Amino acid sequence: MRPPSPSIPEKKFLYDALKQSLRLDGRDMLDFRTPTFTFGPELGWVECAMGKTRVIAQLDAKMVKPLPERPFEGIITIHSEISPMASPDYEPGRPSEEEVTLTRMLDKVLRRSDTIDKESLCILAGQRVWQLRLTVHVLADAGNILDCSCLAGIVAFKHFRKPEVEVVGDEVIVHSPSERAPISLAIHHTPFCVTFAFFPDALTRPVVDPSLLEQRLSSGLMSIAMNAQREICVLHKAGGVPTAPEEVLRLINVTSILVKDLDKRVEARLLEDWEGRKVEVR
Amino acid sequence: MSIVLPGEQVPAQHVNLKLGPGLLQLSSETQQQAKLAPVIATRSGVLNHSANKSKWWVEGNSRRYVPAPQESVIGVIIGRSGEGWRVDIGSAHPASLDGLAFEGATKRNKPSLKVGSLLYARVSLAHKDMEPELECFDAQTHKADGFGELKDGFVLQCSLQMSRLLLDPKHFLLPLLGSRFPLEAAVGMNGKVWVSTKETKHTITIVRCIEAVDPDGGGMDETNVKEFLSKLDI
Repeated sequence: MRPPSPSIPEKKFLYDALKQSLRLDGRDMLDFRTPTFTFGPELGWVECAMGKTRVIAQLDAKMVKPLPERPFEGIITIHSEISPMASPDYEPGRPSEEEVTLTRMLDKVLRRSDTIDKESLCILAGQRVWQLRLTVHVLADAGNILDCSCLAGIVAFKHFRKPEVEVVGDEVIVHSPSERAPISLAIHHTPFCVTFAFFPDALTRPVVDPSLLEQRLSSGLMSIAMNAQREICVLHKAGGVPTAPEEVLRLINVTSILVKDLDKRVEARLLEDWEGRKVEVR
Repeated sequence: MSIVLPGEQVPAQHVNLKLGPGLLQLSSETQQQAKLAPVIATRSGVLNHSANKSKWWVEGNSRRYVPAPQESVIGVIIGRSGEGWRVDIGSAHPASLDGLAFEGATKRNKPSLKVGSLLYARVSLAHKDMEPELECFDAQTHKADGFGELKDGFVLQCSLQMSRLLLDPKHFLLPLLGSRFPLEAAVGMNGKVWVSTKETKHTITIVRCIEAVDPDGGGMDETNVKEFLSKLDI
């Protein structure tokens, strides 16, 4: 059963409030919810929470034979699933429209934007490469699962360490983490995704990081993935809202500020976690 | 205070036993044994009973509403079906509302409700094998008594425990907010609260306060809420 669309009073109230530049959770129109990260005992396990939206991302690596047409490149696969656990609106089985959008965006932001140096995942040309498998689970949907999932995914990539391997002739030796310190992935850049919601009323400015109700009542969404160096990786606009070029440029500027802030927060949190993991060896 | 899990047997025995939400008496074959049939919990939560042990109920903190007769709920109309409407009250199945279940409604004179209208209604029938049914009048007097369509305002979703707390006349939140600005509110047992004020920012204040006090969210107490309110621009 598809969820019923929001009731008439809810719709009217939200549009009225947005006209006065008020949002239901007290944020400003261009305020991004502060993400919090929880790291698991394993490297590459992260839970990202933005308000009541919660996503888990887990990364693991295994050795496989490379694709014959790309013998020097590692393989990255991304699995994402929105189960009914996230919200009763989702059904198990056939992927919903949201799920397709999420999977495609994760693929574009994390894999196709060349975030990870795939050649560094090669162990023995044509024989052995690392396969990285990212699994994204949406635990709770309170709006904007896309940004939260992308954030969780990129943080999982940055948090992950792969075991060190040594190649002697044709033999591959994998060193256990207790023997040699595992090494982090070669990451070219870190894209972050920021979503804006547009509303049917022309005078209402777009809002960043929409809540569930805002997302439902919006007439269109625009997601911009950008890294801290102000390079746009993906610009995705769903829904046919006519938007002026100046407006798009303004939102890109807003994104660049938000992304810088996110980048700082992620780096600080990763460093904090890494410091906590150091064990003194005598 | 004891915590029960679904399926657990509950020591509820009384000549005039009354079972509240979350409890079920297993059926037995003969009338003689019926009084002694075991009672089991169908939900997890804290087991409570009245002073003389005649009334038993389970208080949980679930978010999924299970309809029970005579509870007042807030629902959204999702469609028409024959003479009546289908209403989403947050339960597993939509509830049905008869077109004549309003004060003074006749075949010719029925209220005009649209898909998407909000409604304050009473659950008149809640059987586990049937769709729940709603009515928009008081069971004894057949007067509207506040039931009916809710116009304007805003409806928010909270945990079921929060909606029970708000219905408690001794709870601090609604009187505290009412002392700051005039407000109208309708609390449904299904975790939906409708609020209406003159100004948009006042409604937003109420929504944020209820979310902050919700034991399943912020869990703020009275002093914290007062501090929170003083920070807001109202």
